[in-house]
Amino acid sequence: MVGYKFCEKLRSKTSSFNLIVFGEEPRRAYDRVHLSEYFNGKTADDLSLSTENWYQEQNITLFLNNPVVKIDREQQKVYTGNGLDYAYDILVFATGSGAFVPNIPGIEKEGVFVYRTLEDLDLISEYAKKAKTASVIGGGLLGLEAAKALIDLGIDKTSIIEFAPRLMPRQIDAAGSDMLKSKLTDLGLQIHLNKNTANIEGEGKITALKFSDDTSLEADMLVISAGIKPRDELAKACGIEVGARGGIVVDEKMQTSDPAIFAIGECALFDGMIYGLVAPGYEMAEVLATNLCAGNKSFSSFDMSTKLKLIGIDVASFGDNFITEPDCRTIIFENKHKGTYKRINISNDGQHLLGGILIGDASAYNMLLQTAINKIALPDDPEELILGARGGSEPAGAGITSLPDSALICSCEGVSKGDICASVTDGGCENIDDVKKCTKAGTGCGGCMPMVKDLLNYTLKAQGKYIKNVICEHFNYSRQELYDLIHIHELKSYDEVLTALGENDGCEICKPLVSSILASLWNEMILKKGNDVAQDSNDRFLANIQKGGSYSVVPRVPGGEITPEKLIVIGEVAKKYGLYTKITGGQRIDLFGAHLNDLPVIWEELIAAGFESGHAYGKGLRTVKSCVGSTWCRFGLHDSVSFAIRIEERYRGIRAPHKFKSAVSGCIRECAEAQSKDFGIIATEKGWNLYVCGNGGSKPQHALLLATDLDSETCIKYIDRFLMFYIRTADPLTRTATWLNKMEGGIDYLRNVVINDSLGMAKQWEHEIEKLISSYKCEWKEAVENPAIRKRFSHFVNAPEEKDPSIEFVEMRGQKRTAEWKIV
Amino acid sequence: MTETTNNWLAACRVEDAVENGGVCVKHGEEQIALFYFTRRNEWYATQNECPHKKQMALSRGMIGSITDEPKVACPFHKKTFSLNTGECLSGDECAIKTYPVKVENGTVYVGINPKS
Repeated sequence: MVGYKFCEKLRSKTSSFNLIVFGEEPRRAYDRVHLSEYFNGKTADDLSLSTENWYQEQNITLFLNNPVVKIDREQQKVYTGNGLDYAYDILVFATGSGAFVPNIPGIEKEGVFVYRTLEDLDLISEYAKKAKTASVIGGGLLGLEAAKALIDLGIDKTSIIEFAPRLMPRQIDAAGSDMLKSKLTDLGLQIHLNKNTANIEGEGKITALKFSDDTSLEADMLVISAGIKPRDELAKACGIEVGARGGIVVDEKMQTSDPAIFAIGECALFDGMIYGLVAPGYEMAEVLATNLCAGNKSFSSFDMSTKLKLIGIDVASFGDNFITEPDCRTIIFENKHKGTYKRINISNDGQHLLGGILIGDASAYNMLLQTAINKIALPDDPEELILGARGGSEPAGAGITSLPDSALICSCEGVSKGDICASVTDGGCENIDDVKKCTKAGTGCGGCMPMVKDLLNYTLKAQGKYIKNVICEHFNYSRQELYDLIHIHELKSYDEVLTALGENDGCEICKPLVSSILASLWNEMILKKGNDVAQDSNDRFLANIQKGGSYSVVPRVPGGEITPEKLIVIGEVAKKYGLYTKITGGQRIDLFGAHLNDLPVIWEELIAAGFESGHAYGKGLRTVKSCVGSTWCRFGLHDSVSFAIRIEERYRGIRAPHKFKSAVSGCIRECAEAQSKDFGIIATEKGWNLYVCGNGGSKPQHALLLATDLDSETCIKYIDRFLMFYIRTADPLTRTATWLNKMEGGIDYLRNVVINDSLGMAKQWEHEIEKLISSYKCEWKEAVENPAIRKRFSHFVNAPEEKDPSIEFVEMRGQKRTAEWKIV
Repeated sequence: MTETTNNWLAACRVEDAVENGGVCVKHGEEQIALFYFTRRNEWYATQNECPHKKQMALSRGMIGSITDEPKVACPFHKKTFSLNTGECLSGDECAIKTYPVKVENGTVYVGINPKS
């Protein structure tokens, strides 16, 4: 891998140098990091780091299956296995390492494998067909990968044997190892720690392992993954300095004891260390390639942080992961219920993050790594780094703004924050694929991608280029842009809008969206001007479609207050048309089971009795609930019912990006539950408190306090502004809670806009909402009085008197209900 | 489809149809959704029953297009179907029946296959 990367980097810098590569394996370079995916269906070609023609295209001579067997340093020549020789000016060792095979008696028996090359994997998968139990010696990164591969090959009884007292002894601590062990055991792996294999049993082929503590374990197959051994034998043979425990000694320029010879990757020993990760290897390749082109780079110690997903389990470690008291302070969060273990090591002065370990949930890894590497000052409560900020949401991407430009975001490819941001500001990249192509960030292990995405979005925003929120294939605008355009051009029907601003024929996304905008702007009867066919399912017939095909009828009952006479009317209408009645959460009554054909006559009767449409079917004001209030209740501070009625009658009929609901409570006991409403009002001694952006539904959220002790007029003025701001700026089908959650600056910003008029739009909004209020008409009244609209309320065009015969009802508790969906 | 292989059901007058929308045609026990896609100057007809939950509702759905394919979205759960082929565009395996349509002398006719 590192050899390939060197060629890639050299060729990207220069086309001079006659470059020849001698490879021992029969294949061109492939991704050894993702080796186990070979068992998941990835082919050797998929894992290949280059295309077949790449070497030829780059003017590199590639010899496969043809390693160098001897080096003559004096003559500066190499000799290959087939007896040919080649002269060199510069020689680079990128021979990597092989699997370390411990000297255990019986190791030569059949059924024992190492886990290194694709050839090894082919042998393993062939043998695995006959194996029932398998063991892996080595509980480090590679051993756990090998164990996963064996499970994937169908060997259920797979064990991991580790010499040390814990798994992944170089990356994680004892507690982390315990957590990892329990998670692996849950997946069916058997883990044996503190086990030293003394003998491999079997006649010719392996049947069991025998340990130094005299216990033994059955095994049909053994994979050895107990470490790596640098391939330095060639260097040693020709007199180049190697380390006592192997590895070709190099300096910070990757130069060996021979000035014409260099070594990079896992075969190199730098400052007493072999770097067994891809990222430092690539960095070494970069150093050498740069220096050969008259540059001046040096390799220095490299951060060995890693984040992996082993068998679906996140394991990460970074910085000084093992440092402990008294040299630092540790913060540990262990959650056995969720299977997570997080440890961070903080400097004694509490200022800096030194290192840490994450198991089970490594989502904080990128940020923690950057915080440690860049020595970013820690917040007062550093435990929040692993617990997550509680109490109030943290603005997304807040951490990345504090990173310096030099912060290394992608360590595999050496891409800094500055590089990524520049690819956007100067390189014209506008999406993640462009950034990847341009900077190569994320093309190695892929672990940095979340951070790269955050940086992309952050930089685009800073440029004023927001990520365009186009509504659908028919309109190349966001909802907000479309709103302004429809306003400016005074378009009044969906057809006009589509012709003027859109393309092709529209769809079920843009039709309701445009209809909503038209309603919010002009407040014209929604079934006129051909707009009926652009309405959503319920608005189309001014009623909520129900299971079975019937509709429901909901007359408005402002504030939840109703006279006995009106109750009787509802009862009689229900009886006459055989409707099911139920009290709703909105403090009114719902009538179910109406045939489409009957809707106009039902509403005629309700309207004659003084009712109007309740808009239960619309994306606009639903209800303003109330508690009993000061008229009857001994606790009531003010007349909540009157205020609720006033508010409901003010905003009835107004349409918005989504439904909105309100309530007025007469005191702090809050019987009307105003704090769960889009806007809610609670009486205080001195006036009304106004709360905004609460929602129920699947993710309920409480409303936040906008203003206190308001008089009724001011309260209404603020609500006017709040509603128009919402209508104008929200994304499609967004409730007020989500709208606020997405709002930069949150409630403080909203308060500033509404109360302090920070956008200078208050007057305009008050004017606009006044127009909507004064143009209000009950749309059901209009529908029943308009023959053309009324005509649509029949099921069959060629039999308008007949009702839909497929609608069926059955009896339940003395009323009717619709028959169940037919089994599909 | 020629006249010899189709019975033509007189569905309604052109002015009874809904522009850029659908109406439902009764044919014995069957219900047929008839769409007048005015923007495309085309007529389409399909079964009225949505195969998803077997509701007689497609005639009440919004019509539109996906790239160039005309479609209808069922009002219940917004499953979409090609008005040309009846194929489900929402990725489910169910397709709907389609029928030919012709207009003569201001009357809209839907072609009913004699075998069905």
